[in-house]
Amino acid sequence: MVVETLKDDVKAVIERWKDKEGNLIMILHDIQDRYGYVPREAALEVSRQADMPLARIYEVLTFYNYFKLTPPGKFTISVCLGTACYLKGAPALIEEIRRLLQVDEGHTTKDGLFHLQIVRCLGCCGLAPVITVGHKVYSAVKRTDVMGIIAEHKTVEA
Amino acid sequence: MSTVTKIKAIINGIPVEVDQGATILEAAHKAQVNIPTLCKHPDLVASAGCGICIVKIKNNRKMLRACCTPLEEGMDIMTHDPEIVQTRRTVLELILSNHPTDCLVCGRNNDCELQKICAEFGIRDDRFERILPNIPVDSSTKTIILEPRKCIKCSRCIDACQNMQDVWALSYVDRGFKTRMAPSGDIKLAESPCVRCGQCAAHCPTGAICENDETQKVWQLLQDPDKHCVVQIAPAVRVAVGEGFGYPVGTNLTKKLYALLRRLGFKAVFDTNFGADLTIMEEGTEFVERFVNKKGPLPLITSCCPAWVDYLEKYYGDTISLFSSAKSPHEMVGALAKTYYAQKKNIDPSKMKVISIMPCTAKKYEISRTEEMSASGFQDVDVSLTTRELIRMIKQAGIDFKQLPDEDADLMLGDYAGAGTIFGATGGVMEAALRTAYFAITGENLKDVNFTAVRGLQGVKETTINIKGTDVKIAVAHGLKNVKYVMDKVRDALKNNQPPPYHFIEVMACPGGCVGGGGQPYMVTDDIRKQRAKGLYEEDANLPHRCSHENPYVAQLYKDFLEKPLSHKSHKLLHTKYVSRPLYTR
Repeated sequence: MVVETLKDDVKAVIERWKDKEGNLIMILHDIQDRYGYVPREAALEVSRQADMPLARIYEVLTFYNYFKLTPPGKFTISVCLGTACYLKGAPALIEEIRRLLQVDEGHTTKDGLFHLQIVRCLGCCGLAPVITVGHKVYSAVKRTDVMGIIAEHKTVEA
Repeated sequence: MSTVTKIKAIINGIPVEVDQGATILEAAHKAQVNIPTLCKHPDLVASAGCGICIVKIKNNRKMLRACCTPLEEGMDIMTHDPEIVQTRRTVLELILSNHPTDCLVCGRNNDCELQKICAEFGIRDDRFERILPNIPVDSSTKTIILEPRKCIKCSRCIDACQNMQDVWALSYVDRGFKTRMAPSGDIKLAESPCVRCGQCAAHCPTGAICENDETQKVWQLLQDPDKHCVVQIAPAVRVAVGEGFGYPVGTNLTKKLYALLRRLGFKAVFDTNFGADLTIMEEGTEFVERFVNKKGPLPLITSCCPAWVDYLEKYYGDTISLFSSAKSPHEMVGALAKTYYAQKKNIDPSKMKVISIMPCTAKKYEISRTEEMSASGFQDVDVSLTTRELIRMIKQAGIDFKQLPDEDADLMLGDYAGAGTIFGATGGVMEAALRTAYFAITGENLKDVNFTAVRGLQGVKETTINIKGTDVKIAVAHGLKNVKYVMDKVRDALKNNQPPPYHFIEVMACPGGCVGGGGQPYMVTDDIRKQRAKGLYEEDANLPHRCSHENPYVAQLYKDFLEKPLSHKSHKLLHTKYVSRPLYTR
């Protein structure tokens, strides 16, 4: 990823937080808001401009699940692993998604279409197990439903 | 004078009294107990990472970690009841559940803190299922090998790299069970700011970070009838190698080492101390040129230490013009072995192989750093081994080191003055240079050659030396974290067009200088650094010549071959260049 405005973007973000103590997290939040993830080029640019070791930046980036180091997919598939969903068979759904899309949790498919993430309770345990794709919620999902849900979004894309 | 408050407490029923602030781990020594630990190293802050050092305190339900718990007035501590011992055992078994058991083929076999403590606790089986992370080996630097699979997350390497050395190549990435040490966000070590000082390896309790072992390469060269193998030993090696054979720390074994190296099969045995004397002739002359004749910028900064060279190229690229162009001593000996010595002895330099025995991991990198390292027309030094590798070679050969007779070096590139031998300790290069600079400036020899102000383990040593009415302001720093203070002053003065704060600066990357080098025997402490340095200073005091310019073989070399310091030939063979390098290449 090369963005022409990267240097200026980073400069503006650092400027915004320069007087705050412990500003690294805020800086990285802003960068993720801007790009959808934290590209290595951006981390390097923060390192240069804020005179901060890259090692320190990656300690923070990899410690918090929130930060993404790779571009998010067009659709984020979130599978709930809260207690109810877990008991109602969510692990089998994850297995099926991984099989069909050849993608691990926290990663994006090669075509950039789907990002798989595991989430805790989505607040609708009565509908367990629950999957969301983008903003669309699928309830009481069975293993055999997964292929259809994926196909639905592939069709939208096509 | 500040007064230190004393704390009184009881450890295992024995009353102890220590300075306020001392931890239970430190205080326990007063009750004749060494509490076991895998993460606390005397050089480093406690990370409380391993959990082995737990103790019980009366009226406290929890067991506490002795490494990071300060002793308090009136505490009543037990360090080893059956429950504590059993708990430590369990902690060890848990560590082992994530650690490979291929000890027999590990770089730390028989010299590993984890292996030792497991032996002491009599671990006989795997109580927990073993789960090993699948992380590849990183040998990208060819000097230091990372095997994160063997890491027990003690944090020592990270503390050494970030805080002791201020290099910031290593850090933890990820969290919880997935936590692992990695260079700057999962790149290769060679792509990171790593300067190859090896302090990570020197502090690692296991085989997760080791030097690149090249002993087999040297055996191959030695057995090749077509090769003429010669060897040299660095100053700091002679006072540390004995630790591998039960000698008291700091014993100077120079002459036994010469005998040993001949018996290993080397055709000639040189001494890097000769190169150190030569470095002083070149660098000292360079200083006089800049200081007296105003030909070049000040301060002059020493360049013998390859980790420091790498650090400067990466972190202080704007000050390269201040760096002495003189090569490090072993590179000088390498270049001369394949030219001067080869010509005198009628040896084909293409068949000559130069092996250096160094206290250092970075020297493995230095030997192919730039094209100037092949000034002889061939790579001047072919292999650089650490002290630890030499100890292994001696044991492989089965040579009874302690029974060896004393021998002399091949003096043509092996004789040395006291100035050469103190290169191995912080302040030594500066002291050696001052002895000769005094002579070069005044034409007289010093009455007292000892500059004690530059000796010792204080992180930064600043002083002013008066040479016949002229003040020379000097600074000596060791341990890379101490460089910042000195170099920032230099940078500020440059930026503001002010006169330089110093005229001459010595830097050695490792704390204590080369005696505490990254390739030296393990478990070094300040006490050990002092004793090794003492071994060098004692030798210096007893040598017939104390100053580099008095070395008769150095004089002979200039007469027969190099003409004079900074001559055209000297420049070609004994000097080098530096380039500003990026901190990250990915």
